[in-house]
Amino acid sequence: MIEKELICVTCPMGCRITVTMEGKEVLSVKGNTCPRGEAYARQECVQPMRILTSTVRITDGTHRVLPVITEKEIPLEKMSEAMSEVREVTVSAPVEVNDVIIENIAGTGVRLIASRSMEHI
Amino acid sequence: MRHYQAVIIGGGSAGLSAAVTLKQNGIEDIVVLEKDMEPGGILEQCIHNGFGLQTFKEQLSGPAYAQRYVKMAQDLNVEIKLNTMVTKLNADRTVEYTSSAEGIQTISADAVILAVGCYERSRGAINIAGTRCAGVYTAGQAQRYLNIEGYMVGKKVFILGSGDIGLIMARRMTLEGAKVYGVAEIMPYSNGLPRNIRQCLEDFDIPLYLSHTVTKTFGKDRLEKIELMEVDEHMNPIAGTEQYFDVDTLLLSVGLIPENHLAEEAGIQMDPSIKGPYVDDSYMTSAPGIFACGNGLHVHDLVDFVSLQAKRAAEGAARYLKNPKDRGETLAVKPGENVLYTVPSCVHPSDAEENVEFFFRVRKPMDEGTLEVTSGDRVIRTMKKKKLMPSEMERVIITAKEIATLDGEVRISVKEANA
Amino acid sequence: MYDVVIIGAGITGTMLARDLSMYHLRIAVIEKENDIADGATMANSAIVHTGYDPEPGTLKAKLNVAGARRYEKICSDLSCHYKTVGAYIAACGKEEEAHLDILAQRAEEREIPYRFLSREEALAQEPSLSANVTKVLDFYTTAVIYPWEVAIACMENAVNNGADLFLNCPCMGIEKLEGSYIIHTPEKDLITKTVVNAAGTFADQIARMVNDDPGFVIRPRRGEYYILDQDVKPVNHIIFPVPTAAKGKGVLAVPTVYGNTLIGPSSDYIDEPDDTGTSAQGLAYVRTNISKTLKNIPLNRSIRTFAGIRPASDHADFIIEEDAKNPGFINAASIESPGLASAPGISQYIINEFISKYFVLKEDPEAVHTRKADPVLNELSTEEKNALIAKNPAYGRIICRCEQISEGEIIDCIRRVCGARSVKGVKKRVRPGMGRCQGGFCEPLVLNILARELGISPLDVVLDSPESHILESENRK
Repeated sequence: MIEKELICVTCPMGCRITVTMEGKEVLSVKGNTCPRGEAYARQECVQPMRILTSTVRITDGTHRVLPVITEKEIPLEKMSEAMSEVREVTVSAPVEVNDVIIENIAGTGVRLIASRSMEHI
Repeated sequence: MRHYQAVIIGGGSAGLSAAVTLKQNGIEDIVVLEKDMEPGGILEQCIHNGFGLQTFKEQLSGPAYAQRYVKMAQDLNVEIKLNTMVTKLNADRTVEYTSSAEGIQTISADAVILAVGCYERSRGAINIAGTRCAGVYTAGQAQRYLNIEGYMVGKKVFILGSGDIGLIMARRMTLEGAKVYGVAEIMPYSNGLPRNIRQCLEDFDIPLYLSHTVTKTFGKDRLEKIELMEVDEHMNPIAGTEQYFDVDTLLLSVGLIPENHLAEEAGIQMDPSIKGPYVDDSYMTSAPGIFACGNGLHVHDLVDFVSLQAKRAAEGAARYLKNPKDRGETLAVKPGENVLYTVPSCVHPSDAEENVEFFFRVRKPMDEGTLEVTSGDRVIRTMKKKKLMPSEMERVIITAKEIATLDGEVRISVKEANA
Repeated sequence: MYDVVIIGAGITGTMLARDLSMYHLRIAVIEKENDIADGATMANSAIVHTGYDPEPGTLKAKLNVAGARRYEKICSDLSCHYKTVGAYIAACGKEEEAHLDILAQRAEEREIPYRFLSREEALAQEPSLSANVTKVLDFYTTAVIYPWEVAIACMENAVNNGADLFLNCPCMGIEKLEGSYIIHTPEKDLITKTVVNAAGTFADQIARMVNDDPGFVIRPRRGEYYILDQDVKPVNHIIFPVPTAAKGKGVLAVPTVYGNTLIGPSSDYIDEPDDTGTSAQGLAYVRTNISKTLKNIPLNRSIRTFAGIRPASDHADFIIEEDAKNPGFINAASIESPGLASAPGISQYIINEFISKYFVLKEDPEAVHTRKADPVLNELSTEEKNALIAKNPAYGRIICRCEQISEGEIIDCIRRVCGARSVKGVKKRVRPGMGRCQGGFCEPLVLNILARELGISPLDVVLDSPESHILESENRK
């Protein structure tokens, strides 16, 4: 039996969570202040998952680049694969917040969406 | 001269929240003055997630969070003047602004809310020796170049200071193909949120050098090398601990300071512990009818608290506008043992209608401590707290009823357990 | 074929170029850096010393007095800042007071106004004087300027009178012909009848291009300074300690033209003539030594530290002479303090003693003596500002919020003759980034304006030198 100390990254509260494990099985989760914390801790011990935020090239917009975000966490190990897809995308203004930019990023089944609207100029 | 019920200086997270709250409280004739070409303030370049959990119960990026408030403001017909820089504020609540569209205009208001944000400490304020070549940026500057303008500032990066923007940029630049060699923090503990140490540094194996600082920069045209040294308990570099990193970029994330030019020029009393205006429980400054909130008052850890505080300040302004009475004697609220500062800085016991939430920060990390609020010799409140960190803002609510009973100087302190 | 080629666009070279441009002469100034005034002229105490200090009989004494007398008129003709603030020499104890008498006697002989102040009288004006100060000698006509502003204005005036300026143009070698010289630079060769070597910390290297033993060696000495935020104003006058032979003028406090206070300099010999890095020791020296004459200086309100290089040499005096083996090759070297104050005197001395030997100096009636500055919004009334903004909306877009500088002013300084080509060039001319945030907010905006005005990619905008790129790559193509 081992104890693992984690910092929950689900929200900025940054709860300190203690996970007790037997092999690969999670026996208990303590220190979380919400159910998402428990889910995070269990997942973190198996496969760390993270939100990816980045930018994509946008033409004719207020700025050169448009901020984007994955709708849900994706596996940490998929980050660099996801980034190479992000780098290849160009969209054109106007864009609405939550517009889908990549339907299935890095084969994770998660959508990459615009995290703001941007007008055409 | 155009007269408004309220003028809000700054259209970022604090200003938008204040504007929305004023409208919701029936204050209709208001204007927001914003220097940038779009509302949202610094949130527009904070494209990472983590915003809005308190306010919207959702994980939003900075721009998405801002957009929610912009939408609310638009739905309530808030007038926002963009590309408009406030060039002078007077204690009589006249405000001078400058814009291409209108030239220089002076307007007056019954209430002014300062929601001006903060700026980053620069290299000059921390005195790193060496050349003044290109390649040294504040973390926020590099963030703007990358997330708004779409340019990378460099590929071999070192970061001085473990402030959150620096940590966020460590991850962001790593994902963009840069090599981040490390983050140095002069204190023996991190100044960023623990979650950012985890997901921005540990996820990418970026070393955090605690009790270290960058002592020298090298390079004629562009940065070529930095010198890193360990520091002793007085923060002086220890000879013989020099390490060198061949980097083209040094990001500084060494602190934020409330932007207080306007308030100082207006003769508003400043609180040196927060470097922002001295405010009472309604967020009114020493100038009647001028209120302050957000990072222009004191630097927050989370944008949700900025919005929340701006809401309180706007509620205070709305109450003042409806009934600009003398609220009687003030009683100072001061930081006690292990506490760096408290906001608000004073209360009015003879006019205690609302519960007051105090924001404060501890001076040093503590595993366990007891929060204590005292008035004179009397203990008003004690509360056990775990894992206290200077990087995280703490809050404590004192009820209106309790405030009415206060009779001696109020102190908020934290007694460290086992100390 | 040029009549005069000046090597170095610092205050010495540009002042001379301006004076020469009033005559029928063909003039060129070559400068190895990307801007005018990028060396010693950029980083010094910014004081027009009246000339009481140099030893009698020296060129320094003669040219400082002559130079200081010309400055106010020059600044007024060129629309440059010139602010008379007065200089207090603060003596601590009897021994130093005796030295004040020597300085006062020199001032008397040189017709420089002065007065003595008792400790109490001085304290009434300067509450920050330390307990050590016993007596003060007040040179109340001493002024402060922006050295680079004057150098840029002089150069612009000269160019408008037909002089050529070549930036990023290091002198690689000099060939002597019969009655002329060829100056080799990376892009072209310049042929000239006479050469003035005003190369500052590199003056000995240039001199050796024509003479293996020019008779002097540059010993660059670094001075480090703090700049304090505008809203702390610890002094109203320049405060000097009593000068010593070993340490020069000592550590001073200088109220600058725009209200920031300079504290410094240190004084250390260095190996590299362009090593403008600051050092922990140098700044510590400043902190320790300022407390001799002043107390409670708020160094914690420093917004920047910097280092400047004094082009000192193995000679105590200025070296302004024709090279022994090369007629028409004039060295203006070892121009350390009071070089800035002496520049107008040095220029006239070079013209009268040397240039006049080679040319019949005929004043050009077409030459202009004056230069009109672009509008500085901060210095105008509201009505004047509004009239400007109505004509050109760019004056209404404030770019630097610390110093309240508009886009219009930045555009002006780029489009002008001898205009800015870099972020630092803009900062030198109109000050964005000089305030407390040190460009945190405005640098990206200035960078974009420069790119647009110069018609280049933001990637090609530089901080200062041509290789000092700010942006590394486009993040998304």
